[in-house]
Amino acid sequence: MAKADYTYAVARIRSKELKLLTMKDLEALISLDDYESCIRFLTEKGWGNDTIQTGDEILSTERKKIWLLMNELVKEENAFDVFLLQNDFHNLKVTIKSITRNLKADNMFSEFGKVPAEKIYEAIDKRNYSQLPEYLQNTAKEAMNVLLHTSDGQLCDIIIDKACLEAVYNAGKNSDNEIIRLYSELFVASADIKIAVRCAKTNKTLDFIKQSLAECETLNINMLANSAAKGIDEICSYLSSSAYKEAVEALKKSPSAFEKYCDDLVTDKMKTQKWEPFTIGPLVAYIIARENEIKAVRIILSAKLNSLNSEIVKERLRKMYV
Amino acid sequence: MSEILTNSGLFFALLGAACATFLAGTGSAIGVGKAGVAAAGVLSEEPSLFGKVLIFQLLPATQGIYGLLVAFLILTNTGIIGTPQDISLQQGLLYFAASLPIAIAGLFSGIHQGNCAVAGIGTVAKRPDQMGKAIILPAMVETYAILALLISILAVFGIANVNI
Repeated sequence: MAKADYTYAVARIRSKELKLLTMKDLEALISLDDYESCIRFLTEKGWGNDTIQTGDEILSTERKKIWLLMNELVKEENAFDVFLLQNDFHNLKVTIKSITRNLKADNMFSEFGKVPAEKIYEAIDKRNYSQLPEYLQNTAKEAMNVLLHTSDGQLCDIIIDKACLEAVYNAGKNSDNEIIRLYSELFVASADIKIAVRCAKTNKTLDFIKQSLAECETLNINMLANSAAKGIDEICSYLSSSAYKEAVEALKKSPSAFEKYCDDLVTDKMKTQKWEPFTIGPLVAYIIARENEIKAVRIILSAKLNSLNSEIVKERLRKMYV
Repeated sequence: MSEILTNSGLFFALLGAACATFLAGTGSAIGVGKAGVAAAGVLSEEPSLFGKVLIFQLLPATQGIYGLLVAFLILTNTGIIGTPQDISLQQGLLYFAASLPIAIAGLFSGIHQGNCAVAGIGTVAKRPDQMGKAIILPAMVETYAILALLISILAVFGIANVNI
């Protein structure tokens, strides 16, 4: 099969990158007086569309714009699996919980998966798992049975989360693009560290921890699980000898500092794509940059709505791609 | 057999002219095509950059022109255009050899200059004020096409003075 040519797509992305928010833009947004001024600022920057007024609607429109652009630029079906699979597993989780608890959760679904959320809902509602894509079938069946027989939501979550990590990891490893492989590795490694820390804080058993962690190249899962079973200090000690030794300081600080460290690490690694003219890498970096931007704006808007101190917001802001 | 070989000088001279045009032209076509695709991508977002990206797109076009020039010189020197001349097999082979520098260097420099122009278009899309610096980089590739052109021209003109 001929190798896909991304020359046109990358050239368009270069122009689009000019419209990404910079740190200065975010600082300007933070310094505004209230929520309404922030919405006006974002609208002036081209965010949302003419009819939109609330922050949530603006952010949802921006996310939609990312995927409309990518669908226009990239015709390869599996090019962005590492992102879309995450949404499929999220939709699976929401579906199983809403069906078993008889809840309406329409606004919780993500519309940017490989399969429509309605299709997942319909298949699980009818217990017709064969209607689902192959990568969801076994996980859906197992998670549904666990939740119905044990009512253990946490166990259901770890089954789906681990399957998601494995699916993203495999999608990344099967990609011929280096940056997608790197993203999937960082995604799984950071998720594993977060899981290990959470398990250590809640005193989970070694078996539970091992069941929750997904394999990746840069972490030794057995050593991480054993450390998590002993406590946070052991995790920090293990990480000090791993590729993620800078994570230790962030972990000791706070969970949100660690989240920031993970996002900043991905952004830093993606910066090489600013000079890449021919591969899908700059598109991947642009998706991550826009998601990061949306996350940053969400933090600022929430802070404005809840009248939080701007210093707390600044601490949580991620590094920007531009 | 020996008669065919003796009379095939003109054929090899024409083959040289064809190679110069065809290979250098192919290099330019690929380079201009690639740069054009990137230029279209930028223009769909920023139409005001048309003038700037057009210059980048045209940079790899010169190899094709150089190939044409060498081919034209071969055609006139061998009498294919103008007064017919007797061209021996040795002379024919020499004209063929003289066409090779621009044919091969034109092909590869055209392709690589196109790649470099694509990267330059990306730079201008983000930093239109850096046009001057961005254009120098693909222009450096041109050096090697010019060197090849020079040798091909010197060789074509020199063949008439070679005693064979």
